[in-house]
Amino acid sequence: MKASAAILLMILLIAIVGPWISPHAYQATNFDAILQAPTAAGMRWFGTDDLGRDLFVRTMLGIRITLLVAIVASLVSLVIGVSYGAIAGYVGGRVDAVMMRFVDTLYALPFIFFVILLMVVFERNFLLIFVAIGAINWLDMARIVRGQTLSLRERDFIDAARLSGVSTARIIFRHIAPNLLGIVLVYVTLTIPQAILVESFLSFLGLGVQEPQTSLGALVDAGVNQMEGASWMLLIPATLLAVILLAFNFLGDALRDHFDARQSR
Amino acid sequence: MLRYALLRVLGAIPTLLLVIVLAFLMVHAAPGGPFDDERVLPADVAANIEAAYHLDEALPAQFARYMSGLLRGDLGPSYRYRDHTVSELIGAGFPLSLQIGVLAVALALMLGITSGTAAALRQGTMLDRVVMSLAMTGISIPVFVVAPVLVLLLAVKLQWLPAGWSGATGAAKFVLPVITLALPQIAYIARLTRASMIDVLGQDFIRTARAQGLGTGALIRVHALKPAMLPVLSYLGPAIAAVLTGSVVVEEVFGIPGLGQFFVRGALNRDYTLVLGIVIFYATLIIALNLIVDLLYSVLDPRVRRR
Repeated sequence: MKASAAILLMILLIAIVGPWISPHAYQATNFDAILQAPTAAGMRWFGTDDLGRDLFVRTMLGIRITLLVAIVASLVSLVIGVSYGAIAGYVGGRVDAVMMRFVDTLYALPFIFFVILLMVVFERNFLLIFVAIGAINWLDMARIVRGQTLSLRERDFIDAARLSGVSTARIIFRHIAPNLLGIVLVYVTLTIPQAILVESFLSFLGLGVQEPQTSLGALVDAGVNQMEGASWMLLIPATLLAVILLAFNFLGDALRDHFDARQSR
Repeated sequence: MLRYALLRVLGAIPTLLLVIVLAFLMVHAAPGGPFDDERVLPADVAANIEAAYHLDEALPAQFARYMSGLLRGDLGPSYRYRDHTVSELIGAGFPLSLQIGVLAVALALMLGITSGTAAALRQGTMLDRVVMSLAMTGISIPVFVVAPVLVLLLAVKLQWLPAGWSGATGAAKFVLPVITLALPQIAYIARLTRASMIDVLGQDFIRTARAQGLGTGALIRVHALKPAMLPVLSYLGPAIAAVLTGSVVVEEVFGIPGLGQFFVRGALNRDYTLVLGIVIFYATLIIALNLIVDLLYSVLDPRVRRR
């Protein structure tokens, strides 16, 4: 768990600081230096691509964008999931049954295809990527939050709040939601890798982040086209993406085990 | 049983309708029409095109037209592949995708169940830990990373297997796409099998069978496998959905002329009707397969029918 967190922090730090240290700009082409293998000379640590752009800077930019999309998308799914789950759980009864039935129905949909459809129809809008990915991932969150809310609403402090005349909306968002924070944060660490996956999947297909901006998925896609002559173009972003995803998954699993163990005690 | 099956089939219909309405509305909410281009068409030409594709009608009328076509298996004309209907394109691409998908699911079941069972029997040993770490890696790393790296390694560097589809002959060209597609599913199934096998092996009837002197092999085959397979069975629905998604990437990387490739091409060319048709086709397929899995589950475990 600590190793995963350390690796993620290190990658994040390098992604933030790296482009400042390197003398190259992410969009600057240099046709005298195309497809150069990684070398310390001239600070080409990750080599260059087929347009002579510096891959170290581009990869760091890609990590930034991938993480940015993932975190914002996770926040979107957090807001939707927590509100939806808390309302369903707190109000209960028929409302709860209908709301959860709707979630079950949505579970059966192949969401990724809808996201692709959305990307086709509305051009490749950066904001839309956030919303679309966030809109897929809230289902699990809603279920977990609802479960927690069901047990929270029986607690004395909620009764006390209700007796002193606090409105339902205020109880849900001021008294219940803060108490969900722990479990929600744990599940966000598991939502982030899912969001990374969707974003890089879209970018890999050419439907996500557009040039000259880039993301890890887009870099892997570019690497595939050049892999016979310039394998570093594929291997570096592919490895980084794999490491980031593994680290998030390990971290999330460990946090969940830790949290669940504490819950059941 | 019949009653349960009927209820489940009826229950799938609203989901399917939701899919169709949602997909249809999304496409028709698009800003600008499908034929908007950099070159502005003369007004009468544009009007003719719109009339030819019935885009001048009101939205409910267009939806009614689409639905009535859909019920007859007609998904309309493709906007980009002129002279082809969407149904023709799906018919051309799907058989190949199906072949690869079925092979991948079969491979995943075979390897996943075997390795998961082996890990469960040797819980806590080196073997268990190796299998589980591999499974975690397999789950975490996406198909679009595994596919090109395998091609680079096995096809470009070592030249053991063909890298592409078009130049290759025989069964060899299936090897890499099928393995790539199966890998994450092998990992999931191995994890599921291990967990449920450990659960089953801890139960009293297993202890009794063991006490009566049954060997491990027979114990697993006769007593443990069937109850331990229930979670795996219910995972098959999501697994098939994941294989479909993965096939989009795999077909792109290996240049396989399947449905996934039509889908990506359609998406990049803004071929609305093609993408809409394939989304509805995929969704119907996934919903139908989920339904079949549910029904199979209720045959194997009649307790779920009572709920």
